[in-house]
Amino acid sequence: MTISIDPQKTNNESLQPKGWLRYFSFSLDHKVIGIQYLVCGFLFYLIGGTLASAIRIELASPMSDFMPRDVYNQVLTLHGTIMIFLWIVPVVNGAFGNYLIPFYVGARDMAFPRLNAVAFWLIPPSGLMLVASYFVEGAAQAGWTAYPPLSITTPQSGQIIWILSVLLLGGSSIFGGINFIATIIKLRRPGLKLMQLPMYCWAMLGTSLLVVLSTPVLAGTLILLSFDIIANTGFFNPVLGGNVVVYQHLFWFYSHPAVYIMVLPAFGLVSEILPVHARKPLFGYTTMVFSIMGIVVLGLVVWAHHMFTSGTPPWMRLFFTIATAFIAVPTGIKFFNWVATLWGGKISINSAMLFSCGFIINFVFGGITGVALAQVPFDIHVHDTYFVVAHFHYIVYGGTVFIIFSSIYHWFPKVTGKMLNEKLGILHFIITFIGFNLCFAPQHWLGLNGMPRRVAEYDPQFQFVNQISSLGALLMAISTIPFLINVFLSVRNGKNAGDNPWNALTPEWLTSSPPPVENWEGEAPLVEEPYGYGKEISEQK
Amino acid sequence: MTTLDSSKEIQKNNSEVNETHEDFRMFGLITFLIADGMTFAGFFAAYLTYKAVNPLPDGAIYELELPIPTLNTILLLVSSATFHKAGKALLKDKNSDSQKWLFFTAFLGIIFLICQLFEYFHLPFGLTDNLFASTFYALTGFHGLHVTLGTLMILIIAWQSRINGGRLSSQNMFPLEAVELYWHFVDGIWVVLFIILYLF
Repeated sequence: MTISIDPQKTNNESLQPKGWLRYFSFSLDHKVIGIQYLVCGFLFYLIGGTLASAIRIELASPMSDFMPRDVYNQVLTLHGTIMIFLWIVPVVNGAFGNYLIPFYVGARDMAFPRLNAVAFWLIPPSGLMLVASYFVEGAAQAGWTAYPPLSITTPQSGQIIWILSVLLLGGSSIFGGINFIATIIKLRRPGLKLMQLPMYCWAMLGTSLLVVLSTPVLAGTLILLSFDIIANTGFFNPVLGGNVVVYQHLFWFYSHPAVYIMVLPAFGLVSEILPVHARKPLFGYTTMVFSIMGIVVLGLVVWAHHMFTSGTPPWMRLFFTIATAFIAVPTGIKFFNWVATLWGGKISINSAMLFSCGFIINFVFGGITGVALAQVPFDIHVHDTYFVVAHFHYIVYGGTVFIIFSSIYHWFPKVTGKMLNEKLGILHFIITFIGFNLCFAPQHWLGLNGMPRRVAEYDPQFQFVNQISSLGALLMAISTIPFLINVFLSVRNGKNAGDNPWNALTPEWLTSSPPPVENWEGEAPLVEEPYGYGKEISEQK
Repeated sequence: MTTLDSSKEIQKNNSEVNETHEDFRMFGLITFLIADGMTFAGFFAAYLTYKAVNPLPDGAIYELELPIPTLNTILLLVSSATFHKAGKALLKDKNSDSQKWLFFTAFLGIIFLICQLFEYFHLPFGLTDNLFASTFYALTGFHGLHVTLGTLMILIIAWQSRINGGRLSSQNMFPLEAVELYWHFVDGIWVVLFIILYLF
């Protein structure tokens, strides 16, 4: 069966608004949708960041003097939910995936452009719903995990809106995942083999498999949870004979893979950025592919390591400890490969490279604490303390958010045709890196000494270290200022970038910058060696 | 070979080749059904876990009546066959035959839903009585929602197949094939549900 390129779509394209207005339209162009995801995600990042600042201001003193305790709970719930579901997942999957994947497979658009636009346009309304849920009486305050019985016994109108919003965002994520799988498997340019794809395609394929297999389980769980709240059923209510641990199992069946949904695309992006700025082929392509798929498979069978203190039986603890420790193997292979890619390369020190190196440093640290947390005796000691908070911020902020910034510096010339200012970029990196480590490294110490997470008040002996952490948070907040100035200045008066400022070999650079509506003038190029750096130009052809 | 409205085809300015690609709408649908199946898998896992670890209070253990669900299983299996007939008829350009089979399939779906409602009204437990009752209604209700959506989609494609060479024809089989795959999927889920919930 073959199908002709949808003529309806070409038609629509010419009717659609030009210029910045198209970013507010139901555009079917994957590049427009990618930018929509990115900008929308960044706005929510600013909201989530403001909430994080509020949390750190509160924690600068041991008493709950900046906000009441229940408001503190609501703020941390909203912070977690926004950062995960509206910033990291949509940006690292939706934004970069939509922009880059069609280039990488040599296509003119995603496999299902309309589904793609629908997936994006689910995000702003559900994001607004989520923010609005804060202003309803009884805003959600059970954390981003929404563990019962807390989520079903506290006042509930806000919690219900929270659930609806997360359900919609999950739907958006599933639609996106279906689209990526179909695009990567089915829409490849003729002659392009799977093992010739840039690494980000493999990362997105793995991520999308996780999205399709695990997000629906979260949806089902949240539907049951909303029944508990609305219809007074007892699925997760022990008083009515229910079982809270079942909720935890179902929730973490999604939410552990969600960690990989957040970091696997970052692994892919860093594999694109490092070879370009080190002028060397990506080390160990095949092992990279197999470690991504290994992480996908293992990622689905480690969820109960979040639940070692939930009365899990010994055999379960043993199994999940071992399975989790195994994940360190493919992850370690990837880090080895990235360092080997840098080794002996002709490294240019620019903002994209610095953020990528920052990612490697932070993520190794977060990975090591992750392996430590997988060990039952250690986990029982630090469960629900700031050690866990420090660990997962090293993964999602020190890991993924660093890569999001790195990618913005790397692909900004592609999207706009203008360069970002390097001096401001390096300033941005320095403040972010120092601020981030100042904020989260001390929290390991806090956790080891027993400061519980998710509580507005703490023992006064922890005050000094908490203030250091808050100072780091302040630096992180400040770090967005040079970034925003940089973006606004560069969009208007940035240096012209030309089509390929980095002399990169991956396919998205082989067309003009910014690219034309259907990506290529004429046929898509066949890129057999996306990482063929360090060879004669004639050999590459 | 299907083309989307080949009469309206627009030649692109920047390439002389009229580009075509494989039809992967079915591939997308299958991926979606895998996702949908995972939702059911989550529900089944919850049900089986409850059954294993949460003993019900005395007097809350029921023998479920089997005749209605057995009838429902037969109805759905027959409807899968009649849907298949509709597809065969459409392939041979017999639109009116195809439409008849589609209406018959939708009719079986509606009977299924009526039987299900009848069962709901005659069960000795309500939604909030106990854990088993809640899980029972959640599982069968979620499946019933799928049957409702499927029936509506069958009615829509039956309406679209009313004219020869209309929107749904042997040249454009996809809507029928997609709904058929979905319908078989819903049947398959019912069989699993019937075994786990009623027989097991």
